[in-house]
Amino acid sequence: MLAYTVRRLLQFIPTIIGISLIMFCLLNVLPGNAALMAGGKRELSPELIEKMKKDWGLDKPLYVRYLIYMKDLAHGDLGQSFLRQEKVNDLLASRIWPTLRLAVSAMVIALTIGIPLGFFSALRQGTWGDSASMIVAVSGVAMPQFWLGLLLMLLFSAKMNWFPTSGYGDGDFIHLVLPAITLGLGSMALLARTTRAAVLEVLEEDFIRTARSKGLSRFLINRRHVFQNTLVLILTTAGLQFGSLIGQTVIVEKLFSWPGLGSLLVDSIFLRDIPVVQGGILMIILAFLIVNLVVDLLYCVIDPRIKYQ
Amino acid sequence: MKDTIYKKILRRKNLVVGIIITLAVVFMAIFAPLMSPYHPIDDADLMVSDQPPSIEFLFGTDEQGRDILSRVIYGARVSLSIGLLSQAMNTVIGVVLGLLAGFMGKWWDDIIMGLTNIMLSIPSLVFALAIMALLGPGLINVFLALGFTNWAYTCRITRSQVLSSQELNFVKAAQALGYGKIRIMFTQILPNIVGPILVIGTLGVAGAILIEAGLSFLGLGTQPPTPSWGGMLATAREQLFTSPWISIFPGLAIFITVLGLNLLGDGWRDYMDPRISRQ
Repeated sequence: MLAYTVRRLLQFIPTIIGISLIMFCLLNVLPGNAALMAGGKRELSPELIEKMKKDWGLDKPLYVRYLIYMKDLAHGDLGQSFLRQEKVNDLLASRIWPTLRLAVSAMVIALTIGIPLGFFSALRQGTWGDSASMIVAVSGVAMPQFWLGLLLMLLFSAKMNWFPTSGYGDGDFIHLVLPAITLGLGSMALLARTTRAAVLEVLEEDFIRTARSKGLSRFLINRRHVFQNTLVLILTTAGLQFGSLIGQTVIVEKLFSWPGLGSLLVDSIFLRDIPVVQGGILMIILAFLIVNLVVDLLYCVIDPRIKYQ
Repeated sequence: MKDTIYKKILRRKNLVVGIIITLAVVFMAIFAPLMSPYHPIDDADLMVSDQPPSIEFLFGTDEQGRDILSRVIYGARVSLSIGLLSQAMNTVIGVVLGLLAGFMGKWWDDIIMGLTNIMLSIPSLVFALAIMALLGPGLINVFLALGFTNWAYTCRITRSQVLSSQELNFVKAAQALGYGKIRIMFTQILPNIVGPILVIGTLGVAGAILIEAGLSFLGLGTQPPTPSWGGMLATAREQLFTSPWISIFPGLAIFITVLGLNLLGDGWRDYMDPRISRQ
């Protein structure tokens, strides 16, 4: 188990190298733009542009810059922001916590509502309750998040005045509610659908029939046999969803003016602050990889038949 | 299996609803000039800006006095063309790479599958953002960003189909007859994977429409004054409290379109193979 974890962690390295190479090539094909952006509308003298390029190391050839970038990356240094007088590491570090809080809260909402909803649906298959919850689930998957966010704002901030429209506040709970619901609803819907399908699958199994015929109560069957056997599939979906949630924070954070990684990333894209864009994307992908690893490790806990060598 | 007739009808109902919605949106996009009461860009009249829905303007007007109904109808063109074109590109990339990986094997397989795994480990929105960061905002760039980001599933499915179908009797028969690899690929294997690939494609179009709307919402996608659903919502956010109707209709359009495509894709998959739908 430990050996497996270490090997999986080591496999991160080629993935990260591959991704950083692709990112670096993509983002550095057009050099010098940042210098122009930094000047804004002002006319910059060619000397000044040259000086800025030199300061940011943009005067060196591409492969030298990549090697320097990789050397720094190996030391955990993501470089210096072009436009903000800060290190990328510090910029990202100050934004991680809000994003993590948002993503985890959204995931909690998705899990606590989605899984019970899926169970409810499957156990009452064919009733109007089942149809109603599946209509909710199918709709939830198709809902564009920023529209959902706008509607929630309209209803709960403008009309009811229950929650603030946007912003982080002092990190209080009340500012978290609407963004978390907005971010979590899609995953909730998907989890509900997956859970329903998984439960229906398990209900057809022979061991459920055996459990029924030996007279176990429905509650016990559902809790001991059905739930445990659907966990692996539910967990897989949940893990994938959590990963994509981290990506989707970009839009939700922008909508709610949430000071997280996502809004930093979008702002930096507009400013062409390439080191910050690279760093931000790497962080998101790293988070995605770690979540997937944790999910794989959790499989062993849930299902003792799964063993990693 | 205990498939009641009721359930079967319900499943087909999904498919029927999906087909109807999708056809309606396609119809709307093609006949936009005939259907919209006003021109989406030129008929701007500041005298009637920010009007709530009325008989004259069914969905109301925006801050420049343009008819929102007309802009929503024209917006279908942007969404559908981006969705269809980018997904077509993804499908071609995915199928070609999948066939190469499956048929060539060896290091082709290793490299292509390595690339596929990297693509799968990047959330597609984030990858699209990275490409937008390089190319800058704009419609063509959105198409390029989406056309290169979502081929990994198609590639995987194609590859696994190629590998498993090599064991099938009709492929073995073709080999015994002395057919070449390329001939087997096109006459025996491709026709058998068209179905699943089209289903993935349909769901992919829905996903691409959502991401395009998201990028336009962030200001990176379709640029004003071109009417696009995501772009309209971006301006709507600023006027949420004063004129809420601006934010309702474009979002509803995205929602219904994506819902229709999802129902179509899911329903089609169930129709082709009722067994898969349980997973």
